Amino acid sequence: MEHIRTPKILHSQISTIEKQATTATGCPLLIRCKNFQIIQLIIPQERDCHDVYISLIRLARPVKYEELYCFSFNPMLDKEEREQGWVLIDLSEEYTRMGLPNHYWQLSDVNRDYRVCDSYPTELYVPKSATAHIIVGSSKFRSRRRFPVLSYYYKDNHASICRSSQPLSGFSARCLEDEQMLQAIRKANPGSDFVYVVDTRPKLNAMANRAAGKGYENEDNYSNIKFQFIGIENIHVMRNSLQKMLEVCELKSPSMSDFLWGLENSGWLRHIKAIMDAGIFIAKAVSEEGASVLVHCSDGWDRTAQVCSVASLLLDPHYRTLKGFMVLIEKDWISFGHKFNHRYGNLDGDPKEISPVIDQFIECVWQLMEQFPCAFEFNERFLIHIQHHIYSCQFGNFLCNSQKERRELKIQERTYSLWAHLWKNRADYLNPLFRADHSQTQGTLHLPTTPCNFMYKFWSGMYNRFEKGMQPRQSVTDYLMAVKEETQQLEEELEALEERLEKIQKVQLNCTKVKSKQSEPSKHSGFSTSDNSIANTPQDYSGNMKSFPSRSPSQGDEDSALILTQDNLKSSDPDLSANSDQESGVEDLSCRSPSGGEHAPSEDSGKDRDSDEAVFLTA
Amino acid sequence: MEFAELIKTPRVDNVVLHRPFYPAVEGTLCLTGHHLILSSRQDNTEELWLLHSNIDAIDKRFVGSLGTIIIKCKDFRIIQLDIPGMEECLNIASSIEFEVIEDGWHSFLPEQEFELYSSATSEWRLSYVYKGFAVCPSYPPIVTVPKSIDDEALRKVATFRHGGRFPVLSYYHKKNGMVIMRSGQPLTGTNGRRCKEDEKLINATLRAGKRGYIIDTRSLNVAQQTRAKGGGFEQEAHYPQWRRIHKSIERYHILQESLIKLVEACNDQTHNMDRWLSKLEASNWLTHIKEILTTACLAAQCIDREGALILIHGTEGTDSTLQVTSLAQIILEPRSRTIRGFEALIEREWLQAGHPFQQRCAQSAYCNTKQKWEAPVFLLFLDCVWQILRQFPCSFEFNENFLIMLFEHAYASQFGTFLGNNESERCKLKLQQKTMSLWSWVNQPSELSKFTNPLFEANNLVIWPSVAPQSLPLWEGIFLRWNRSSKYLDEAYEEMVNIIEYNKELQAKVNILRRQLAELETEDGMQESP
Repeated sequence: MEHIRTPKILHSQISTIEKQATTATGCPLLIRCKNFQIIQLIIPQERDCHDVYISLIRLARPVKYEELYCFSFNPMLDKEEREQGWVLIDLSEEYTRMGLPNHYWQLSDVNRDYRVCDSYPTELYVPKSATAHIIVGSSKFRSRRRFPVLSYYYKDNHASICRSSQPLSGFSARCLEDEQMLQAIRKANPGSDFVYVVDTRPKLNAMANRAAGKGYENEDNYSNIKFQFIGIENIHVMRNSLQKMLEVCELKSPSMSDFLWGLENSGWLRHIKAIMDAGIFIAKAVSEEGASVLVHCSDGWDRTAQVCSVASLLLDPHYRTLKGFMVLIEKDWISFGHKFNHRYGNLDGDPKEISPVIDQFIECVWQLMEQFPCAFEFNERFLIHIQHHIYSCQFGNFLCNSQKERRELKIQERTYSLWAHLWKNRADYLNPLFRADHSQTQGTLHLPTTPCNFMYKFWSGMYNRFEKGMQPRQSVTDYLMAVKEETQQLEEELEALEERLEKIQKVQLNCTKVKSKQSEPSKHSGFSTSDNSIANTPQDYSGNMKSFPSRSPSQGDEDSALILTQDNLKSSDPDLSANSDQESGVEDLSCRSPSGGEHAPSEDSGKDRDSDEAVFLTA
Repeated sequence: MEFAELIKTPRVDNVVLHRPFYPAVEGTLCLTGHHLILSSRQDNTEELWLLHSNIDAIDKRFVGSLGTIIIKCKDFRIIQLDIPGMEECLNIASSIEFEVIEDGWHSFLPEQEFELYSSATSEWRLSYVYKGFAVCPSYPPIVTVPKSIDDEALRKVATFRHGGRFPVLSYYHKKNGMVIMRSGQPLTGTNGRRCKEDEKLINATLRAGKRGYIIDTRSLNVAQQTRAKGGGFEQEAHYPQWRRIHKSIERYHILQESLIKLVEACNDQTHNMDRWLSKLEASNWLTHIKEILTTACLAAQCIDREGALILIHGTEGTDSTLQVTSLAQIILEPRSRTIRGFEALIEREWLQAGHPFQQRCAQSAYCNTKQKWEAPVFLLFLDCVWQILRQFPCSFEFNENFLIMLFEHAYASQFGTFLGNNESERCKLKLQQKTMSLWSWVNQPSELSKFTNPLFEANNLVIWPSVAPQSLPLWEGIFLRWNRSSKYLDEAYEEMVNIIEYNKELQAKVNILRRQLAELETEDGMQESP
């Protein structure tokens, strides 16, 4: 098909495939991707279409890890480079950076060979006073044996963020070791005489768990805890919420009410706010009250991961740097056994396990970037590319459900690390407004205490990212990066010029004649917007009417509108660029943007004046 | 009557000022002829200067002898003053509650823009037929009309168009010679009245075999209803070369209510996200934005892509018509995206074209006394410009602050520019002699620097904005201005300016050094050659 400009979609990105009613032109296949791209293939023969459908369904649902792209992906790196890639992000280094081990916290080997908990990593920090006996005892009283361990240590005041799963308290059960474990956490923070226990679930959900012998901490049994519910909904609610929001994004020319009503009805931003509120609460408890916090939900690998990482991001500027953010994901998500395989459906599995948990965290980061534009070293593109690769399975980082499984699969020997890839191309991911000595890059990020619902906005850069036409056509980030790059060249040139000038002046003083090279002609030519441009064409402004037959820019009309966009980005990622840089192609494929007149080529080529009269007559 | 006479208590000490995001300030409150001033009489503490004309509504409260006045401003700000002493408090309240009518000290500067603009083509001429505002009070003394139509014919057409507003030139698209004309509705009435001169005027610049589009900013239904009141729309039979398109841009109280609801939603302090979104949706503000922008884009598309003439009108041709004609120019004409060009656009398409600023912007979102002619038509236009600016952040010479400034001055100003409802009224008020123009203040280099977009790179192309709901967010700079701290965003803006300034500085330095070096080298060469 001519109007599909070599679309390249990884099978792992395919979310759903839908066969639609056959039309005169052929059999349409609608493919929805996990990175929110939607494409429509029109296959002339019904039988071919069915064959493609069947094979795609199979290909989109691999059953063995070995079928995933990362096991065949080869970025032409040798063994040594691959190994270096895997050690770029080093968690033991991260704990050292936090100031550990210290007088209060120690590295425990209790989980060596995953003896206590198979979804935890082997290297864990626990309070010094927590003996192996206490740990093992406590683990038996926690869902899936995920006992309380350190997630983040705030060295300024010794407060910490710890995480675990729910206690198996039922209606009355208690466990001495678990109570001692919480005591130990409290004692590890001499600045405070209590510990917050934050249950991130809605109270009703937590109470329902009691009937199953699970539940939450009874304040009477644990001395000096302050217990708090924060109502973040479960993975099923979140999955449905995203589904509803994507349906809104998919609407063909929706009215403003359709959109806003749909957005509200999806509840998506409410959930984002709930996660943020929990993170803000914990960050405040740690930085302002100096109190340690134990966070859990049910299993302690979804909401707990979201909330701990949001709180850490607010507290520690290191996590707002490029490398620090990779560390954060590595620590709170990958190492603590967030179930990437189940949540993002890498292998064919239970669809009820799928949920956009890390997507929500990534969105929280974006919402924060909107509020604090100078606070983050990375830009929006960085977040989008990470999201893309969580689903792409092109790199080994996000495979499996736990560290244990990854080690068994020998991921590091057989696949490449995304972090090394992102780090190599970091120039593409920098935020030009970030400055290490800026006030926003110091210390804790303070969000307003007054309720700010309006703070949370729809992220069209993510959920409509393949609809180029909807995005701002000129990128301030790219513009400023170009300016900064030129500034650097100017600095170098300035230095060289000064040197030469000095030399010549000296030489002249000595009355010696030296021939110097001609100075180079000025290289500066501004940041011409037409240099890095794409054509900008009018969209469908006639609402539900048939599309306005506009000429596509390639058919003459050179000056229609050439504007700087994200398109000129030298996208470092071959797959991403293939999916994202074809503005017109994407519009045609997606079938959401009626302005690409190529749906009906006959109309486009032939100057059927009557047809566009009809446009206005129906108006 | 001089306003100063109304001041009963000109000065009160120990007044406490509360503002969002600032610590409370205690100081002396002074009332002058035009301002309410609060000063703490300390160095480096900011003083509050509030124009009386910026006040939209006042609430009074008493606890014991301590009175509190809550002042709600037209720019949506809310401030609170605690005033000791009941009498003082009442006096202050009654003094500032009085509406300032005396505006003789405000000002206006006439524009030569018009002639500059009409010099582009030979098919059009300037007509002075309305000099003295006899026939149509809402038109300026000079209008541009097709050359082939004489003044006599214009007078006839005027009787056929609402308010005497016969079709005039609004915009000439240099690229293909197509134009936008605007007018009032034709007075066809129920019996389908027609006017040969009107048809001739409209067809005057139509190329042979070409077609034009009439964009009626009202829905067909609304347009039909106006026939009963003598209004109407162009019948196809009488205008066979024209295609009519109906869009529905809302007017008057519907817009005013939308603004009131939106500002109320922004001030809602509840914790509930769904409530915020549903209130935002219920205000319909963004729906209006989308509708206006879509219509403007359609108009621009007809001109640029279809190579067609267009005529735009609604009922009076002073509100939605102007929104569409001016936004179409922002899209089509690079000059209107510069500071000077945008000022010229406002002069031409809003002030001279007779948008009744006095009626539309007398009150704002907080005022209880609702007048039926109040409507945030101009604010909607500015919001639409902001939406385009957001999508093309490097294509405008001005920044968001420029738009906010214009909004403020349209509602409350120490300049005469936005006073009155049209040129005729401004003329009668002798504003030019009596007051200063906003532009003469804004265009001082010191002021301009605040309004200049550091990212601007001249872009000579047509810019097509997206009108998808996902692309049209709430204008936080206006509507959440007093509800959230803008500290971090201001810092980011500053950072951006610094990056660009530093780059320019380096360029200048490098250029100087290069020149020096070149000079030295030629000297060198000269020493060598003899």
